[in-house]
Amino acid sequence: MAEKKMVDVFSDVERETAMTANPAGYAVTELGAQDERIVTLAADMSNTVAEFIEKFPERYIECGIAETNSVSLAAGLASAGLIPYVYSMSPFGMLKTCEQWRTDVDYNHLPVRLVGRLSGLAMGYFGTSHYAVEDIAIARTMNNTVVLSPADAASCVALMMSTASLEVPVYIRIAEGVGKVYDEAPEYEFGKWPRLRSGGDITLIGHGMGTGLAAAAAEALYSRDSIEADVFDAAYLRPYDEAALLASAQKTGRVLTIEEHSVVGGLGTIVAETVARAGLSVRLDQVALPDQDLEVGVPAELYEYYGLTPSNVAAKARNLVRR
Amino acid sequence: MPADTTLERGRPLTGAELSHRADWIRLQTIDLIAQAGLGHYSSTFSSAELVATLYYRALRLRPGEPNWPDRDRFLLGKGHVATGLWPVLADLGYYPRDWLGQFGKVGSPVNDHPNMKLAPGIDFSSGSLGHNLSVGAGMAIAGRLTGRDYRTFVLTGDGELQEGQVWEAAMAASHYKLGNLVVIVDANGFSGAGPTSQAMNIEPLGKRFEAFGWTVREIDGHDAPTLLKTFDELPDPASEEPVAVIARTRKGHGVEFMEKQPQAWHLGLLNAEQYADVVAEISARMELANG
Repeated sequence: MAEKKMVDVFSDVERETAMTANPAGYAVTELGAQDERIVTLAADMSNTVAEFIEKFPERYIECGIAETNSVSLAAGLASAGLIPYVYSMSPFGMLKTCEQWRTDVDYNHLPVRLVGRLSGLAMGYFGTSHYAVEDIAIARTMNNTVVLSPADAASCVALMMSTASLEVPVYIRIAEGVGKVYDEAPEYEFGKWPRLRSGGDITLIGHGMGTGLAAAAAEALYSRDSIEADVFDAAYLRPYDEAALLASAQKTGRVLTIEEHSVVGGLGTIVAETVARAGLSVRLDQVALPDQDLEVGVPAELYEYYGLTPSNVAAKARNLVRR
Repeated sequence: MPADTTLERGRPLTGAELSHRADWIRLQTIDLIAQAGLGHYSSTFSSAELVATLYYRALRLRPGEPNWPDRDRFLLGKGHVATGLWPVLADLGYYPRDWLGQFGKVGSPVNDHPNMKLAPGIDFSSGSLGHNLSVGAGMAIAGRLTGRDYRTFVLTGDGELQEGQVWEAAMAASHYKLGNLVVIVDANGFSGAGPTSQAMNIEPLGKRFEAFGWTVREIDGHDAPTLLKTFDELPDPASEEPVAVIARTRKGHGVEFMEKQPQAWHLGLLNAEQYADVVAEISARMELANG
C-alpha cells in the first residue's frame, strides 16, 4: 500500500478532493448576493468564507474561538430578521453547541444555518478530539432542524442554494474526503433522496462520502457479479425519504447503509427504525464507524482501515445478497 | 390601544409609583405561584423594581405591535423570574389579562420560563442560564447592521455570570462596540443552592465588566430615584461601550421573612397563613404609599 500523507485540511487549495473549490464558501457568497439579510459568522474559520468577506465585509461577524457564543449570537441576529450562516469545524459545531442550537435556534424555529466543515474523520491525524462522528445522531433529534449531508461539491452547492427558501434551522454537514458523484448540480426535491441507479437485488444508501462509495460499489457489483443495486443519495437526513426507503427495501429485501459517522444514531439507525416500524423483514448491514475508541491517523488510511472504500462496500453487499 | 401606539422611553413615573408597581408585581407573583403550586419567589422579588423601571419608564415599546422592528428588546436571562413579567405584559396590553388564569397549565402560553413562540412581548426564550447575553449581543449587532436605534436589555442573575458563555458574549459586545446593549445584573448574592460567593465567587463584578471593556453603573437595585436616574441617563445607543448596570439587590426583598431566609424561598409555595401575612405586609406598604 502506498504511503499516504496528511494533507493541509485547512487549505482549500492544497487539498485534492472534490471539495477543493470550497463549495460551501462559494454558495454562501452567491446566496449573499441574492439576499442582503444573509450574514456569516465563524469561530476562527474565516478562511472558509473568505470570498464572502471580500464581497460583503460588513456582513461577516468573526466570533473568535467561541463556538457556543457564535450560535447564540446567530439566534439573536435571526430573531431580528437576518439569516445567519454559522461556519464551524464539525467537532466544535453541532457537537459542542448542541444545547445552544436546541434551546436558542431549534426551539425558537429560527432560520440559522450551521455549516460544519471537516466532518467525520477529515482531521484524522489531529486526534479524536477533532473527529465528528456523532453529530448526525444529535442533530436529527432536533425537531425543527433540517439535516443535510452533501455527496460532493456539486451536491453541496445545490443543497446550500436550496436553503434560501427554508425558513427553519438547517444543519449542513460537509464531508471532505468525497469523490465526484455528480457531473452537474443535481436538482434536489425537499426531503427526497435522488436515485442514482436502479436495481432489484440490494439497496445501497449513502450520505456524504458514503454516496460516492455506494455508487462506485454498485458499478463493481454489476460488472463483476451482475448484482443490480438500487442506489440512493440520502442528502436529506431530516426529513428523510421514508417512501423511497420503504419501497426500495420492500423490492430488494436487503439494505446496506454507508456513512462516515458512528454506527449509532446516523443513517443506519434511521433505516433500521423505519423498516422495523413498517414491519418489513429486511436484511440490514452498515458500513460506518464502530461504536468504540477510534484510531488516529491520516484520513485516507483511516478510510481504508474502517472499510470506507468501494471494495469493502461491495464485499458487504455481496454478503448481504448471498445470505 | 391602537397597534401603532408607541410607549416612548422616559415615560412619566415617579419614584413612589415605581415602588408601588414593584409591590404590585410581588402581589401578582404570589397569586400566580399559588395557582401553579410552586414558584420562584425570592429571585422574582429581587428584580421587581428593575422590571418595573424597564416596562413603565425605560423601554420603547409598542404593545399593539409586539414585533415592531424598532422596539427596545428585553431578554430575561434569568428566565425563572418570568412570573413577575406576565402581569406586566398583560397590564400593558400584550395579551388579555385572563391569560394569567392559564399560568402553569398544559397548553398555556405563559409559564415559569418565557417562550417567545408562545407569548407576545417575549423577545427571546430563556431558561438555560448564560445564553441570553449572547443572543442580546446578536440583536444589538443586528441593530447596527440594519441601522435601527433600538436598545437591547438583558437581565441576568449574578449566579448566571458563573456560566462561561456570558464572558464570551461580554468580549464580543465590547469588540463590536455595542453601546446599544445593556446588561442588568440582578446581584442578589444567591444562586439556587446558596450564596453566590460560596459557590463560585464572581466579584468584583464592576471591575470584571470594566476589564472586558464595558461602562459600569453600580447601583442600589431597589432605590427608585436611583433606578430612574440610571436608566434615564444611559449612554446613547450609538455610543461604543456596552453598559453593565450592576444592581445590588436583596433576594426576597419586600417580604421580611423571605429576605431573612432568601434561599428557603428560591423555590417554594406559601401556605395559607404565610400567604395572608405576605399579602398584608405588601398591601400595607402600598396603602401607606397611596395615603
